[in-house]
Order: sequence, then C-alpha cells, then structure tokens
Amino acid sequence: MQAADLLALKPAGLYCAAGDFYIDPVRSVERALITHAHSDHARPGHGKVLATADTLAIMAIRYGDGFAGSTQPIDYRESLRIDAVDVSFHPAGHVLGSAQIRVADAKKIAVVSGDYKRESDPTCAPFEPLACDCFVSEATFGLPVFRHSNAKAEIEKLLGSLRLFPERTHLVGAYTLGKAQRLIALLRAAGYERPIYMHGALERVTDYYARRGVVLGELRKVAGRADLAGEIVLCPPAALGDLWSRKFAEPLPVFASGWMRVRARARQGGVELPLVISDHADWDGLCATIAETGCSKLLVTHGAADALVHYFKTRGLDAEPLHIKGYGEDEAPEETSA
Amino acid sequence: MNRFAALLDRLQRDPSRLGKLRLMRDYFRDVPDPDRGFGLAALTGALSFRHAKPGLIKALIGERVDPVLFALSYDYVGDLSETAALLWPANPGGAAEHPPTLTEVVHALAETGKVELPRVLAEFLDGLDETGRWALLKLITGAMRIGASARLAKQAVAELGGKGVNEIEDLWHALKPPYLELFAWLEGRKPRPLIDDPAPFFAAMLAHALEEDDLARLSPADFRAEWKWDGIRVQAAVGEGRNGAKIVRLFSRTGEDVSAAFPDLVEMLAALPYRAFSLDGELLIRRDGLVQSFGVLQQRLNRKRVSATLLGDYPAHLRAYDLLACDGADLRALPYLERRRRLEAFVGGAGASRLDLSPQIDFKSWDWLAAARRDPATAGAGVDAAAIEGVMLKRADSIYVPGRPKGLWYKWKRDPFSIDAVLMYAQRGHGKRSSFYSDFTFGVWQAGEAGDELVPVGKAYFGFTDAELKQLDRYVRDNTMNRFGPVREIEHGKDAGLVLEIAFDGLNLSSRHKSGVAMRFPRINRIRWDKPAREADRLETLEIFLKK
Repeated sequence: MQAADLLALKPAGLYCAAGDFYIDPVRSVERALITHAHSDHARPGHGKVLATADTLAIMAIRYGDGFAGSTQPIDYRESLRIDAVDVSFHPAGHVLGSAQIRVADAKKIAVVSGDYKRESDPTCAPFEPLACDCFVSEATFGLPVFRHSNAKAEIEKLLGSLRLFPERTHLVGAYTLGKAQRLIALLRAAGYERPIYMHGALERVTDYYARRGVVLGELRKVAGRADLAGEIVLCPPAALGDLWSRKFAEPLPVFASGWMRVRARARQGGVELPLVISDHADWDGLCATIAETGCSKLLVTHGAADALVHYFKTRGLDAEPLHIKGYGEDEAPEETSA
Repeated sequence: MNRFAALLDRLQRDPSRLGKLRLMRDYFRDVPDPDRGFGLAALTGALSFRHAKPGLIKALIGERVDPVLFALSYDYVGDLSETAALLWPANPGGAAEHPPTLTEVVHALAETGKVELPRVLAEFLDGLDETGRWALLKLITGAMRIGASARLAKQAVAELGGKGVNEIEDLWHALKPPYLELFAWLEGRKPRPLIDDPAPFFAAMLAHALEEDDLARLSPADFRAEWKWDGIRVQAAVGEGRNGAKIVRLFSRTGEDVSAAFPDLVEMLAALPYRAFSLDGELLIRRDGLVQSFGVLQQRLNRKRVSATLLGDYPAHLRAYDLLACDGADLRALPYLERRRRLEAFVGGAGASRLDLSPQIDFKSWDWLAAARRDPATAGAGVDAAAIEGVMLKRADSIYVPGRPKGLWYKWKRDPFSIDAVLMYAQRGHGKRSSFYSDFTFGVWQAGEAGDELVPVGKAYFGFTDAELKQLDRYVRDNTMNRFGPVREIEHGKDAGLVLEIAFDGLNLSSRHKSGVAMRFPRINRIRWDKPAREADRLETLEIFLKK
C-alpha cells in the first residue's frame, strides 16, 4: 500500500508518517490514535493516546488508569494539528465514544472508519458521513449474505420467545461493550419494563453507560440463579457455554450478533434463539457508506475484504485489502463486537 | 410451505434428540394430508426431482448475483441452499399473501418441464421469506443437514401411532410419498398397509464399534466371531412375481437397488435352486479364487456402463453371513446360531461358485481374537487376508434387529495406520463446520530436485475436537502465505509448519494424486504442536503401508 500517501501499513498497524502516529495499532507504540475501546483496536501500553473522552474512560475501566503513558481527550469534530497533518474525530455509530478518524494534509483527505454502523442506536451518536480521497473501511460483515438492519424485529422475536417459554431463563449472549447496553435500550424502547439481569462481567461498562445518561431502566446483578425463570439475563458470549449458564432454570441460549444470520454459526455455538443484531454495518451499509464518501481509493481492513474489494473494483475504485494480523478478521475475538 | 420451513428451522436449532422428536411429532399430528407426507418424504430423503437439481439453483442465483460475490458467500456459508436463500433479492412487495403449500411445491418441482422450471422456481422464491426459500432449496439439494436423521423422522411418525420404529422400517420400502395409508394406519383409521413386494428389502442390522474396555464385560462364550470383509454390504432378495417370474434384487446397505451394476451376481442369484430368499452379505471381487482388496473393488464401482471387459476383469462375488428369509418364512426373529445353521445349509445346497459362506473364527479368548485381528493371515484367513479389515462379534442368541441395536453386534476394526504429516493447505468446511477452516491438505517429505520437498498426500476434515478446530482455524488465519480462491496456503517448510498426526485405514495406489498414493478414511488423530516440521514422515515411510 502506497496508500494515498497519508497512511502506510507497518507491522504494528496503520501508520501516518506525516504525523508520526499509528491508528489502532496492534502492538505498543509511542503515539496512538484510537477509534474505539474494543480490545482489538484499543490495546494497553502505548506512550501517548489520543481518543474521545468516552473511549479513554472505557479503556481506563477495562485496563486500569495506567493503560498508557499519557492520554489526551478530543471532542467530535474538533480539529487538531499533529506535525504536518490535521486530525479530527467523527461519530462512527458503533459504540459509545466510537469515532472515525479523519487525517488531512494540504492535498489529500484520508478517513479511517474504525468499526461503524448506519442503523440507529439509542446508546451512541449516529454515524456521520465524511467526504474523502482515501477511505479505510472495516469489513466484518463484508459479504452480501449479511443483512441485519432490523433490530426492532429481532427484539420482538426475543419478547415472543419469553411469552412462549415463560418457564425458561432467556440467557442472552452479548458483547460486553456496546451490544449489551444497546440490547437493554432496545428492550426498553420496545416496552419491556421488567428488571434485566446481568452477569458480573457486564456491570462496569453498563454502569458507565448509565452515568453517561443512556436510559437502561432497572438492572440487577445475578444472585440466585434458580428463580430467574422467564427473565432475561445478559452475559458475555463465552458464558453461554460455561458451567455458569447451566445452573439457571431451563436456560434458553440466545445470541445477538450479525453472525447469527448464518445458521451454521448459530448451531456451532449451541444457540437456540439467534438474534441478528449487529453493531457493524451490513453489506448494504458498507457499500452505501463507501460510495457516499466519494473516495477514489478504498482500503479494506479486518473482515471479509475480498468481496468488497471486488465489488468496488468493478465500480472503478482503486481498492485493495489490508491484511492486518491481529485484528479480528472474520472471527471476531471474544472481547470485541459483532 | 411456511409450516414445513418453520419445522426445518427449529429442528436445526434444537440440540436435543427429544426436542427434535417432539417438533416432528407435533408437525405430523397437526399438519393435514398430503402436506405432512411430503414433509416426511423430505426428512427421510425420499424426494428426488428429475430436473430440479442444485445446478438449477446455481443458474438462477447466477442471473441475480455477481458470480464472484456468490462464490465468496458460498465459501463462507458452506451450504448452497442457505447461500442462495440469503442472496435472493428481497421481493419489494414482501412475501406473498398466500405462500404455496408444500404439496404444491413438490408437485411443481416433480412435474414442471425443464424449460418452464426456472421461471416456476423463481416465482416460488419471490413469494417466500428467507426461511421459506431456504427450506424450498433444501428440498432440491436433498441433503437436509439439520441434525435429524431419516431414522429419527420415522421414530416420530411411529410415536404418533404408538408403534415401534422397526414396524415403520419393515413397511418403509413398500410405501411411497405422501404416505396416506401409513398415516391412516397410525391414526387407527385403517388396517396396517399390506406389503405386496415379493423381494422386499429388510432394514439392515448394524454393529457398534467395539471400545477396548467393552471386552472386560463381555464373555467370549456368548459370542461368535467372523472376519470383517472390506467390501460393500449388500442384501440379495429373490422372490416370485404374480406371473411366476423370478424377481431378483441386489440392495445396498441403505436399501438402494444396485442390481443394474452387478448383472453377474443377479444372474447367479436367479439360478439358485430356491424359490424366495433374502441374504445378507458382503460384495467382493474374487479373481482365481482370491478375494481382492477394496482398492480393486473400487475400480468396478461408480461405472456408468458395465462392460463385458469390466465383468471379466472384476468378477463380483457374494460372501454371505446371514439368511433373513427363506421360502416365505421371515427368519429374523430366530437367534443368530439358528439362522447361521440355516445359512450354512442354504449355501451348501446352492452350488454356485460366486456365492460362499463368510467363515466363523474359532476363538477361545479375547486375547486370541485380538491376535487374529492383528494378523488374519496366520489365524485362518489365509490368502483372503488382504480383504479383511477386522473382526465382527455377534451374540450367539441375537435376533436380527433393524438399525443399530446396543449390545448385540460389534465391529472391531484393525488399528489404523498413522503418520506425521505437515499442514499445507486449508479450506473452509461445509455443514456443521461451515465458515471454519476445517478441510486440511497435508503432505510428507520426498526428495526433490532442490532437496527435500513436501508432497501432498491427503485431505482430512475430521478427527479433531471442537476446541482443536478453533485452534486449527486460528492457526490457519495467522499463518496464511497465499490465497488461491477459497484455498489458503499455509506456511510449510523445514523450519516452519504444523505437524498433524494422521490416522488412516488403508492406502491405495492412485494416478490422480501427485504422490501416487491415496489414503482411505484419513483423519487428524492429534495435533503435534511440539514436533518440528522437518521431523515429519517421508513418502517412503508411507509406501511401506502399500504392501500391508
């Protein structure tokens, strides 16, 4: 990648020579700009970190206060000069605090999307389209089989299942940061007023969302497990298969993820009720967004890059995949989102 | 169609056998004739359409989706029906108000001509939602892959009428979709359907694999042993038609009529001095009194045309081990010893060179039998040892039970061979393993022009646990050197690469493989994270197994 000159691929990740910084590096570096707090993008141990205040706060919750040498918060749309480039952060609609990073010099504009989605989400600021010359897009769901733009209908499935199986505990696997809080907000928006139970691992990030004004209603920590028949219990995806999950009353494993669009993925995880809800753009969202940026150069990072690259090459764009080892690729690691 | 689609969708999600049974029972109880009968046909694999084939699905989707995007999607999803159902452009008007019934769909797929079929199928797909499309396409591809076997579907049907599943199995081959008379009988509206088949197939009795610790609780005196022949299991059925003509059929283990491929055996069976009978045995190739290995038998299988040369070069032979019926009497309720006595008399009186008896192994102890299993040639098998793949244990008092009953018959296969090979290529799997890298091509060392090089010797896609699959998948993603379409080349060389211990049941010469050999039933026994690639086995080591 001679990438639009502003950005280059190095072993530690995407690098901007003109500003001497990395964006979402996968190894410790001197200066890092972080799009959002999911662990494959936000790693501890960098020298200086520039990110939104929410991203910095969530990183501190997860890694402890000393996760970087020094940190600097930046507001959405605030412009900052770093050496020879202007840098600004813009909402990505992915999770609370998530941002696209815009890097510009006198001649060119590059935008690194981080992870993003176009569907509305009551827990974070909506995606903001940016015009640019070079767009670096994620492609977690970069295949036309992935369509997941109707979270409301999926929430209705969960509520329908609760009515049908009132004797079973509905154990909902959801990523700790973003998905869990969005599900709670969506359930509340759908009129579900009962307390929602939570696995301990979700507590601190969820508390942070509540402090930031996201309406989540009554939340309870799981104490006794036998008496939760007919209730919703949120847990990290990995806990669905744990011993932990078996102590509930007839647990019904539910998993909310874009992967649930493919039956075999649900079956591999032993999921009985798959909910196709994702914090990433689906195929249509990716294609529409890339077209909207008006970019002439497209770089596709983690995910199913091949299909997007092919699709935009046939539409006259200069498109290529960026193989960054260490990102989730198409098997998102446990702690990230999907 | 929607009710059937919902059944399939829930079946594939429900992990428990009891849950699946309940779902199917409810379906058969609630859905009227003839829809439920076609549902049963679909679940038991009894539907097959002349023109509606997977190729048609690919052609239809090819008109609507970029071929590269389709290929990438199919590679990821790993299931043709699901890929096409997901990619099918959504109908702007939403699903049809009156989606077609399953019966309408089945009739249309069966009866529409080749020219009209694409349009008819496309209209159906436009009128269905994603689950409906998926279920409809499953009807066409045949392989349901929903974790519910034909046997389980029959069990659910049987429970509907308080019957045993074997009562259904006995009738099964005389019944046709939509099974109106079967449901009428199960619901007590009509008597049991009459089987009017002079040469019926009896569902085969299958053996359990013997676990080593089973022997401790089994007594040798209760069992008889036979060699396990490395051929194909067949059932020969002979009967008299209404006009007195002899009807001869050769069935595969699953009841498929394979008579056309073996005219030499059919001729022999027709000439036997018995009016009607049903023999269970192994189909083998026997040349000049010598039974040939499976590799030789394979040369005769899957040929479209059975030529005189083929018949001459690969003479088929039936080695009998059970007699299920003779002259109108069903013998399956007799104990093994009694059936065996009658079988010996039957074969003795047959006087046919292409038919003989699978001998019993006279053994006193499990240790003795274990030694015989290791070395059949010196334990009485003599020259036929090349076609033996282990021993069978059958309880002396066992009646002939369709299916795989517990505790009656055991197969004790010889130990597999094993080699250490290096992972070279990986591809995503299908079905249960879809979207994981789970098809692994591995190689061993051989001398090349520029020193030692790896030559691929086989492909394995099972043997590992789910946890190991995840590790392998991760390894593939982290160590990809090249991508050729769906295939990833994995780093491999003297100093880099992953060693896999491969177990396999046999080795044949093969002109299709670069290495010149093909393994039978290769599987990954162990992942040798500890072993350097340079220490993996060489082709010469593998070639030693050819002689075994």
